[in-house]
Amino acid sequence: MLQHLRPALNIFALLTFLTGVAYPLATTGLAKVLFPYQAGGSLIEHDGKTVGSSLIGQSFTGDHYFWGRPSATGPMPYNGGASGGSNLGPTNPALLDGIKGRVEALKAAHPGEKGVVPTDLVTTSASGLDPHISPAAATYQLERVATARNLPVEQVRKLVSEHTDGAQFGILGDPVVNVLELNLALDALQR
Amino acid sequence: MTANAVLQLGLYLGLLLVLGWPLGLLISRVMAGAPPVWLRFLRPLERGFYRLAGVQPAEEQGWRNYALGLLLFNFIGAVALYGLQRLQGALPLNPQGFGGVSPDSAFNTAISFVSNTNWQGYSGESTMSYLTQMLGLSVQNFLSAATGIVVAIALIRGFARKTANTIGNVWADLTRITLYILLPIALVIALLLVSQGVLQNFRPYQEASTVEAVSFQQAKLDAAGQPMKDEQGQTVMETVTTQTQTLPMGPVASQEAIKLLGTNGGGFFNANSAHPYENPTPLSNLIEMLAIFLIPAALCFTFGSMVGDRRQGWAILAAMTVLFVLAYGVLVSAETAGNPAFAKLGLDSVANLEGKEARFGIVASSLFATITTAASCGAVNAMHDSLTPLGGMVPTLLMQLGEVVFGGVGSGLYGMLVFAILAVFIAGLMVGRTPEYLGKKIETFEMKMTALVILVTPLLVLLGTALAVSVASGRAGIFNPGAHGFSEVLYALSSATNNNGSAFAGLSANTPFYNVLLGLAMWFGRFAIIVPVLAMAGALAAKNRLPVNAGTLPTHGPLFVTLLVGAVLLVGMLNYIPALALGPIVEHLQMLGH
Repeated sequence: MLQHLRPALNIFALLTFLTGVAYPLATTGLAKVLFPYQAGGSLIEHDGKTVGSSLIGQSFTGDHYFWGRPSATGPMPYNGGASGGSNLGPTNPALLDGIKGRVEALKAAHPGEKGVVPTDLVTTSASGLDPHISPAAATYQLERVATARNLPVEQVRKLVSEHTDGAQFGILGDPVVNVLELNLALDALQR
Repeated sequence: MTANAVLQLGLYLGLLLVLGWPLGLLISRVMAGAPPVWLRFLRPLERGFYRLAGVQPAEEQGWRNYALGLLLFNFIGAVALYGLQRLQGALPLNPQGFGGVSPDSAFNTAISFVSNTNWQGYSGESTMSYLTQMLGLSVQNFLSAATGIVVAIALIRGFARKTANTIGNVWADLTRITLYILLPIALVIALLLVSQGVLQNFRPYQEASTVEAVSFQQAKLDAAGQPMKDEQGQTVMETVTTQTQTLPMGPVASQEAIKLLGTNGGGFFNANSAHPYENPTPLSNLIEMLAIFLIPAALCFTFGSMVGDRRQGWAILAAMTVLFVLAYGVLVSAETAGNPAFAKLGLDSVANLEGKEARFGIVASSLFATITTAASCGAVNAMHDSLTPLGGMVPTLLMQLGEVVFGGVGSGLYGMLVFAILAVFIAGLMVGRTPEYLGKKIETFEMKMTALVILVTPLLVLLGTALAVSVASGRAGIFNPGAHGFSEVLYALSSATNNNGSAFAGLSANTPFYNVLLGLAMWFGRFAIIVPVLAMAGALAAKNRLPVNAGTLPTHGPLFVTLLVGAVLLVGMLNYIPALALGPIVEHLQMLGH
């Protein structure tokens, strides 16, 4: 036992230094040179102020903004300091009640929309910080946003399609709309 | 399966093969102490390590000393990680000023990261300082991965050598795999992830002024900072409005890369690989999925190369792939078929998007969930607690099969080789011959160790689950009602014992009861397997290698692959069908019945 103690302690200390100090510092240095914007959190600056990150969703409830997916973080939605999902199971009555309530609220806010409600707009995301919605979820909200802003629907539709990312390289993932970037573009339009 | 589901699977497996094959051959060269020319610039570092540590790399050990050294190394790691968590409040690189972690949580997390489980009872962004993340958790991500790989290499040497007394030098093995394989690949993956948007900095958390203000309810505090209660004893709530959002920061990418490459799975943040700062794009998602299976797949080629018969490695890889594709088929179909209750609510699709991220959608989330539980990784890009009943049963069963479908780095291969020994034993019984595998006679000692390895985890999982649902402190953690609540507990024990680390995260597991129960399950689930496997490696190395003759069962063709798949499924199903029937199967029937 004792004859192993010295190599065990020494190898542990040396590998700890290599993987726990040298490696993260080297990664940080290289990342800072190669990808400073991404390494710093993809922050969006406006007039010298950080207004958010293009990767982290924000809560929107006003009629003149597109709304993101429901967020299960507490105590407030889109709490960047406490990511997480609802963890509601598929047969939990609370899941179905929650979705039912959101469907009713959406229908009430979009009287012109007679069709089905996009599923992603009434189910909570895994991180609670999902920055995206599906193109269908954006289309669903077009008329409301256009009316609230006194803009032609077609102009808003064009803006939505400019902020829609197709599947990456045409095959990876689902097409999505970045809600915060879209809403910032809407505000910029009318400034 | 939809066409897209098949396409994503094909793309993934194709890339995995292209990357895994050469890596497997590289690993066998490195572990033989003969790295290729382009890696030799690391040689002086390796030699310096041995000199500083007082290690003679050419002096090999028998299995007992190899196992003792490895256990001691892991024990030191656990003590160091426990101490670091407890003391982090007084240490630097703690911009958020987090205090020390509680004793039971620190105990659980120390074992969790040392045993390559990476079960997380805590929430990263509100608990761990940057120093703990990088000097504690990241380090164990490397060292627990190295531990798993060297055990697999030692077992392969047991097959490859004849009449040998030693199975390798544990210190040289740990150093070589970390220095030449894990570290360089992790650095490349980390930078690829940063290019997609994963964080890598040491700044304090940033405050953003959001576009819209948010109003929310929170408990009103009295002057002493305690929640106020009204006459009925209800907590008094107040409405608060804020226009700031906290954006967490930290050295994420360096930890993320090894979290996946080492099949560790412990997230920097609570939401793990669902967090946009850990996994921002579909490409980063593909990179992460490839990183999980890369070494487990590569080690199949290492195995074939080291035992001098490449077909043997292909057979193991084929058996793993068959089981993986079956599991993925069920999971993605279940999530696409979704929740029938959604149709009645007037939604545009019944696909189960609860607990999933829009950028990944159903297919990439289902593929990730299958990969992360087939391997003993446990990173998640969707919340497994919100999977459909059958969609959630697949990860549970993949863990319960013993994490041998690719499995953890090293542990997947040595687990599968134990099943291969069981398969030749069953075949030997059927034809009445002494079983052999790779020219080694399988005798009483090997079968005792095999039985031990195969029975330890089901025993811990089923007894642990029974205990947890029998006592109040176990039931108190359950979040979802009904059969799903039982599934949460079964999942937790399956995950901890088989060193996966993912969770049905509704379960409140950061309590003294679960921290201790799961901590013990993780430790014995790891080392009560490693010791018998090393003992077997020693026994096999001591045997002569018999030549192939007409009566030898070929262990490289489709027949053997079928036999191996059958052995894995048979053992898993016999152990777990009753427990699964009480959880996901009942819930599935309930969901259809409503």
